[in-house]
Amino acid sequence: MLPTDPTKKISFTRCIKEGDLVIVYERHDCMKAVKVCQNSAFQNRFGAFKHSDWIGKPFGSMVFSNKGGFVYLLAPTPELWTLVLSHRTQILYIADISFVIMYLELVPGCLVLESGTGSGSLTTSLARAVAPTGHVYTFDFHEQRAASAREDFERTGVSSFVTVGVRDIQGQGFPDEFSGLADSIFLDLPQPWLAIPSAKKMLKQDGILCSFSPCIEQVQRSCESLRLNFTDIRTFEILLRTYEIRQWRADCTQGTGGGSAGSIRHKRKQHLIEGSGEQENPNNSTVMARPNGEARGHTGYLTFARLKCLS
Amino acid sequence: MSQNNVQLDPIRNAQVTWEGCSVLLDINDGDRLVFARLTSGSTLKIGNKNCSLQPLIGCPFGSLFQVDNGKEGPNLSRVIPSPEDDVQEKEDAQISGEFRDNRAIVDDNKAQCLSGEDIDEMRRQGATGEEIVEALIANSATFEKKTSFSQEKYKLKKQKKYAPKVLLRRPFARRFLRVDTLSLLLSMGNVAANSDVLVVDMAGGLLTGAVAERLGGTGYVCNTCIGDSPYRMDIVRIFNFSNEICKSIVRASVSDVTSQSETSEQSDQLESACNMEIQSNEQKSSSVSMEDISLSSENGVSDLILEANHSPVNKISKSHKVGEKASQETLKLWKENGFSSMIVVAPELDPWSFVKDLLPLLSYSAPFAIYHQYLQPLATCMHSLQVRKMAIGLQISEPWLREYQVLPSRTHPCMQMSGCGGYILSGTRTATNASSQQ
Repeated sequence: MLPTDPTKKISFTRCIKEGDLVIVYERHDCMKAVKVCQNSAFQNRFGAFKHSDWIGKPFGSMVFSNKGGFVYLLAPTPELWTLVLSHRTQILYIADISFVIMYLELVPGCLVLESGTGSGSLTTSLARAVAPTGHVYTFDFHEQRAASAREDFERTGVSSFVTVGVRDIQGQGFPDEFSGLADSIFLDLPQPWLAIPSAKKMLKQDGILCSFSPCIEQVQRSCESLRLNFTDIRTFEILLRTYEIRQWRADCTQGTGGGSAGSIRHKRKQHLIEGSGEQENPNNSTVMARPNGEARGHTGYLTFARLKCLS
Repeated sequence: MSQNNVQLDPIRNAQVTWEGCSVLLDINDGDRLVFARLTSGSTLKIGNKNCSLQPLIGCPFGSLFQVDNGKEGPNLSRVIPSPEDDVQEKEDAQISGEFRDNRAIVDDNKAQCLSGEDIDEMRRQGATGEEIVEALIANSATFEKKTSFSQEKYKLKKQKKYAPKVLLRRPFARRFLRVDTLSLLLSMGNVAANSDVLVVDMAGGLLTGAVAERLGGTGYVCNTCIGDSPYRMDIVRIFNFSNEICKSIVRASVSDVTSQSETSEQSDQLESACNMEIQSNEQKSSSVSMEDISLSSENGVSDLILEANHSPVNKISKSHKVGEKASQETLKLWKENGFSSMIVVAPELDPWSFVKDLLPLLSYSAPFAIYHQYLQPLATCMHSLQVRKMAIGLQISEPWLREYQVLPSRTHPCMQMSGCGGYILSGTRTATNASSQQ
């Protein structure tokens, strides 16, 4: 997934090979991660897609099924992975993930501690940010979940930058071997305040901590315990509003049927113009945007804090 | 588990400031953020006083300073907070059962007995800011009648005015674009070490710098200008970049990256234009005017203020050269392999007018993200990309960011927030060669 391995980096000449992980794209809200294997086939409602047809094609290609249905094959990225991974827990999405990486000031070479690992959605992005010289040490108290996460990191090719440990961070704290070595720490725990004293010990001078909590009571308690040794304590909520676009055509020439003046045609494809693809008459055809009807209303609160500089 | 393989970047891991280093100064707990360059002559204006930044040189990042009234005018001195300070504050704040309210408070401007002259006199006699605040509280007729919450608020307000605090920070890309918007652009543009990222950066170099920081001296960020004159990249110089990172930032014109065979005459012209641009101190082609970077004190999202007179970013003598013209070999490599991704911040241009030429330069399956302050140009751009089947996974998103005040019994969203962080069109380039079509 990461371009740190030059043989995996996408380019005009890099083609899909046996063993590659591809993201099969049907629609923007319907994708699947598939490992390419010469003899297998991918099945969906559009028919059967033979993997052997995929090998040798560039990433980003459209491929066809036995029934003439089509999908696109994309190179995996942490963003696409977040959309296709199997949810063993509630996961973090792109808006929270991006903000966390930015605010934790992660750059190549950083050492990051994370707990819990959960489904590994954030972990994959943490790995991208610190690679090739940094490392993510992530902990989950659930043995099976940790094992599944490890398998996922192997599949996506980030395992050389991620180490998964089985440990109850709330109960035991982070391992002492990381004392004073962490550039940043991310906590997604039910009682984050229990892990804060250990986090303080792990952080380098001026290091940053982030705690993600869905409930405001958790935030309240975390902030109270953070005030002891941390400064710059700030809590944010971030959401994304997405938009859908429609082509609006004021169709004055047709007096029959539903083509009354100013009607909105829902299928923009009806209006596709051949040739240059430019709109026939820009005066009676415009593209309009509006927010999508359904949106995520809440994910969680992100609390950031920086270790107080006392020396 | 062991942490071998973890190499430390000496710049990123420098614990103390040095002469000539760029820093971010956080004044009064996020009220104002200022970039500055630490030289013996640089000053910072706090309130109506100019303070020398000399005392900040050689101090650890994260150090706290306060303004003292010295004999030769105000100066910044280091304060080391004790952890107990805040515990006390916390206990004070958790007074249970509150009997006072605002029934006895009359807004007639007579509550404060100290006059402006009194305060000036105290200053002349060398009173510290803390002492002035104490005096103000002692001379306030209404202070005792206030609730403990508003007592605290009053004290904080006076402290900010008479005893301002300055926190020394490592500079980090945070604003021009709202921080959440910039962070999304970097994610959606899949910025990772070893990538070759094509950027159109009309945000003064903020985007270029933020991408270069994530690349950490590997790969390239190719800063492309639409038209003839290269865009300014002044902000890049604030990052304290190492030589490797500076070298990963290169410039190329659209014709450089699109043309099959380069004409050396054209490239020479661009090169001289670049050099002129670097030397020029004029604020000409920057698309980010000072008005865009408005100061918001209580806003949860901090603004970065570039104060040219305090931080002479234009007159950097020793720093490594940033934004050299891309070499012919590099251009050739990009033509053969394509860029790994593209990020565009060009709030004054119609994105479709140049995205249609830039998108074919990306590798197949390369992600891209285009920022615009208005929704409409992105909607038409998205439609055009859909119609031509140039990209899939197209989505327009608008980030929404809200900060919270978290205090015992007083937790609520902050009263001020940024209303619009702009819009982002993201998507993935599709393969267009014959083998993928039927």
